[in-house]
Amino acid sequence: MEDEGVVLLGFWSSPYVMRVKIALEEKGIQFLYKEEENIFRSKSPLLLQANPIYMKVPVLIHNGKPICESLNILEYIDEVWKDKFTILPHHPYEKAKSRFWIHFFDKMIFDIGRRMWASKGEDQDAAKLEFLKSLKLLEEELGDKPYFGGDQFGLLDIALIPFSCRFYTYEMFCKFSVEKSCPKFMKWVNKCNERGSVSKALPNPYKVYDFVLEVKKMLGIE
Amino acid sequence: MAEVKLFGSWGSPFSRRIEVALKLKGVEYEFIEEDIYNKKSPLLLKYNPVHKKVPVLLHNGKPICESLVILEYIDETWEGPSILPKDPYERAMARFWVKFLDEKCFPAMWQACWSIGEEQEKAKEEATEFLKILEGTLSGKKFFGGDSIGMVDIVANFIAYWFMILQELAGFELLTKEKFPKLNEWMNEYLNCSIIKENLPLKDKLTAVFQARFQAVAAAAAAAAAK
Repeated sequence: MEDEGVVLLGFWSSPYVMRVKIALEEKGIQFLYKEEENIFRSKSPLLLQANPIYMKVPVLIHNGKPICESLNILEYIDEVWKDKFTILPHHPYEKAKSRFWIHFFDKMIFDIGRRMWASKGEDQDAAKLEFLKSLKLLEEELGDKPYFGGDQFGLLDIALIPFSCRFYTYEMFCKFSVEKSCPKFMKWVNKCNERGSVSKALPNPYKVYDFVLEVKKMLGIE
Repeated sequence: MAEVKLFGSWGSPFSRRIEVALKLKGVEYEFIEEDIYNKKSPLLLKYNPVHKKVPVLLHNGKPICESLVILEYIDETWEGPSILPKDPYERAMARFWVKFLDEKCFPAMWQACWSIGEEQEKAKEEATEFLKILEGTLSGKKFFGGDSIGMVDIVANFIAYWFMILQELAGFELLTKEKFPKLNEWMNEYLNCSIIKENLPLKDKLTAVFQARFQAVAAAAAAAAAK
């Protein structure tokens, strides 16, 4: 791989890619963004070379070396660009808590997220309830703090906020309101959206909804 | 009250990972055996309400859950041999491989042992594919961590010990020396490390537990088939 400085391979609708965009922006790191335009039909040779095992975005390529998996990339960015804006909490226990909640959320949303827009009836309802239950757990973790990171926007905030652009989609398919069910969580979402890095990285929720409708059509899901 | 407590289970590879890491760092701890199949203790449920699983590390009264999270915590908190490399790129690679082990290898290998028929064949194929990838990463290295064991080696404990026992009981051999010469060499070196050797569950005890489970699974399958 050529050394083009910092390169990010991504796709506009991927919340995992948004995590990295936010982190790079907060750190003030210049990077070259390469969109995988045809990600569902044919992945670019660069992506296949950079991430041969999972063939997924995001991939960060730094000094010609690829780093895969969004959480790995965030930790890498924080360790390399140490002097600018700290992403990870300082104390090992707080780091552990952030990592724990990211693993929890990622595992949950992988299954539940899809079921909310792709399935119907009881399965969809069960997914919705599970989703809200998870948000409530996160609300407890947030407590009275402005951010999950406390006074400072940090790792867990960066990891979770991208998924807020999918809330409209979930709400439309499952007929509920995150605002009504989890007002504290929405308050945090709104606070994060005030940050330039977040508003730059997150797409319009309506665009996301339209895209999911297209994907459903493409996959033949009613 | 001991400063460090570990809620674990004698037979769990996830629990054993933490014991290896604590011993590597020379940390004294109190081990609390949990009966994970029959009855979990109120303390475990209190300290890990989300997953209700072992291992849980309790340090100064604060719980840390999930074995990979605990391993990083141990490395960051105590001096001693490093579990993760120092270089950020090498750290990212180690984190990548441990996730690959836990999210891809482990489930496929486990499924290969416990399923039957077509499902088993599919799982065996998948497991073989993943193991081939791992084999490739061992080129010119004694351990995944280089000259000494690191996080990837600690997390790969399942392959070197639990899986070898299980595949024999299940009646197949996936990890042959012919197909996986480097992995087999790694297993020998790994199991010879005193810190690993001294922290494995007794083979006879583990074999007996697995054997009983195989019999139970076979009985349930036979009962279902008879209906």
